[in-house]
Amino acid sequence: MTLLDFARGPALSFAYAVFVFGVAWRLVSLLLLPRNKELSQAKPGAPSVFSAAVLGFVRHLWPQKAYLRGTLFATLNGYVFHLGLAIIVFGLAQHILVFQSLFGINWPNLPSSLISVAAVVTLASLVVALVRRLTSPVLRLISTGNDYIAWFVTTLPVITGLLAVSHLGAPYETLLAIHILSIALLLIVFPFGKLMHAFLVFLTRTGTGIFYARRGAEI
Amino acid sequence: MTVPIDVKAATRTFLAHVEEHLVTYLEACVHCGQCADACHFHEASGDPRHTPAYKLFPIAKAYRAQKWPLSWLGLGPAITERDLKEWEELLFDTCTLCGRCTTICPMGIDIASIVGTARQAFVKAGLGPTDLLAAADSSRDHGSPLGVTAEKLKDRLEWLADEHEINIPLDKDKADILLTVSSIELMKYPDSVVSMAKVLNHAGVNWTLSSKGYEATNFGYLAGKADIAKLMVERIVDAAKLVGAKTVVIPECGHAYSALRWSAANMLGYPLPFTVLHISEYMAQLKREGKLKLAPFTQSITYHDPCQVSRRGGATADARYLLQDFATDFREMTPTGNLNWCCGGGGGVQAISRAADLRYKVFKIKMDQVEKTGAKTLISACSNCRLTMDESKAHWKWEGGLGSLVEIIADNLVEAPPSAGNGV
Ligand code: SF4
Ligand code: SF4
Repeated sequence: MTLLDFARGPALSFAYAVFVFGVAWRLVSLLLLPRNKELSQAKPGAPSVFSAAVLGFVRHLWPQKAYLRGTLFATLNGYVFHLGLAIIVFGLAQHILVFQSLFGINWPNLPSSLISVAAVVTLASLVVALVRRLTSPVLRLISTGNDYIAWFVTTLPVITGLLAVSHLGAPYETLLAIHILSIALLLIVFPFGKLMHAFLVFLTRTGTGIFYARRGAEI
Repeated sequence: MTVPIDVKAATRTFLAHVEEHLVTYLEACVHCGQCADACHFHEASGDPRHTPAYKLFPIAKAYRAQKWPLSWLGLGPAITERDLKEWEELLFDTCTLCGRCTTICPMGIDIASIVGTARQAFVKAGLGPTDLLAAADSSRDHGSPLGVTAEKLKDRLEWLADEHEINIPLDKDKADILLTVSSIELMKYPDSVVSMAKVLNHAGVNWTLSSKGYEATNFGYLAGKADIAKLMVERIVDAAKLVGAKTVVIPECGHAYSALRWSAANMLGYPLPFTVLHISEYMAQLKREGKLKLAPFTQSITYHDPCQVSRRGGATADARYLLQDFATDFREMTPTGNLNWCCGGGGGVQAISRAADLRYKVFKIKMDQVEKTGAKTLISACSNCRLTMDESKAHWKWEGGLGSLVEIIADNLVEAPPSAGNGV
């Protein structure tokens, strides 16, 4: 078995399994925790739970004006690498083939030159995020191993992907195998740390939206 | 401290209160640090330890430690005495439970909810600021944090009624409205109590105070003493049932409102048999019903939103509605309403003497905000905010005036004896 066979075969299958079961376990173990029934009277005219949840989600997509001065840069940078990652993951032709083989669905791809630009921008943005984490006194204090691991496993596939596409440093097959292995690592780490925020954000924002909406408050 | 710190009790208590949303909050934090910008303590001190997310660290650790498979593998990080000691100050002195950090958090995490629960764990471990805990104990033993017993209440109300030639009913058999008071008002701002009485009398409603349940502030709740929190709530609920009140009115106190309006039913385990309204909400209702006749108030004022009444209470618009067409020179601060900066003394922090310096620093934000509006007087609807601001004002020898919403309303009621002046 070549390294590429291993990466495409057992490594990736194992990573998929860990990802799916890990995420399911994390979500189920959260949702099974006790939830106290809310017995206080809602404010008259409070929105329905559904619209409160949606509003709660939408409101936290962008900082309110009063906070923009301090948060604009970090927010923009956050959007840049999140969108960049989405463009790379869902836009590259080779990635779409993987989705096709997994789920049987496909969609038009983006030009590979555009993906390359997106990858470079994403990488730069991730580096900026890391530099901020290492230099801001607040971020340094509150950062834990978890934050750095998440950064590492997210950044690695971007780098290995760029190398594979540009055929730099080693034969293409080896580079591709390394890229796939880095993705396997990302998938394996995903459920157990900070990357879970990709799912948890739907619970926290909506939960807070509902909590405040029944109080007649808009935050 | 000589009393041993019970780390296990802390962990156990927190875990006993673990609920789905709290854990989700703990697990979802991406450590982006944006909440630091929203917290007045961090804004005032510049100390990274005052970052809201950091305040939750020991709690997150306690939770992680017992989680499978970490606990099972023996890899769970245990919280230590040192953690608890360091975070005691952070969870009690540097969080007013104001909820401002929630408004900035990209994940929408409500830090204040977790801090409230975390305090209970710390108290169970034998920690917590002694003065705050003493205020809670005094509420249990004497009916009020400042030692206003039922007899003292009666004396004080009689004196106020005489002094102001006004009717302040106590222990009527039946009434539609049960009014409660904050002992801060009774002892330090008695005009506020008189003002509420004037407004209720003016509106012609059937109301009373009750010696069975009068203290609205809930220091049990603020000090993380769940049993006292519940007792304080029960006293008011029993009093309200006794007089058959349909509405319980909370005086100008934000946390009192929060405790009875949102937490009480959950503490008791059944819905309250009456509606709870903050005095500003109630006055807005009276105004809507055409029961408040007011002469215009012309002094320049700005309004300080008490966090628990506005941001976390949903009554932001009620204060504005009251001021509309009444306060002819009302100026908003920036930011205001739901994003208002906290006074620095909510959540029991006012009662913690060692936090005084920090509170003073926080008040500088407010002084600056008020000065920018050019308004002469800062009005609030919370006597706890007012006390915090009064003390800080004295510390900085600040010239700005401080006042109360219910007082300016009461002072400008048309036909309300004894005078309809323009005083603050
Ligand atoms: S803003 Fe929210 S997600 Fe960011 S560090 Fe603070 S609590 Fe965590
Ligand atoms: S609730 Fe208020 S005081 Fe507490 S951490 Fe958040 S912003 Fe700071």
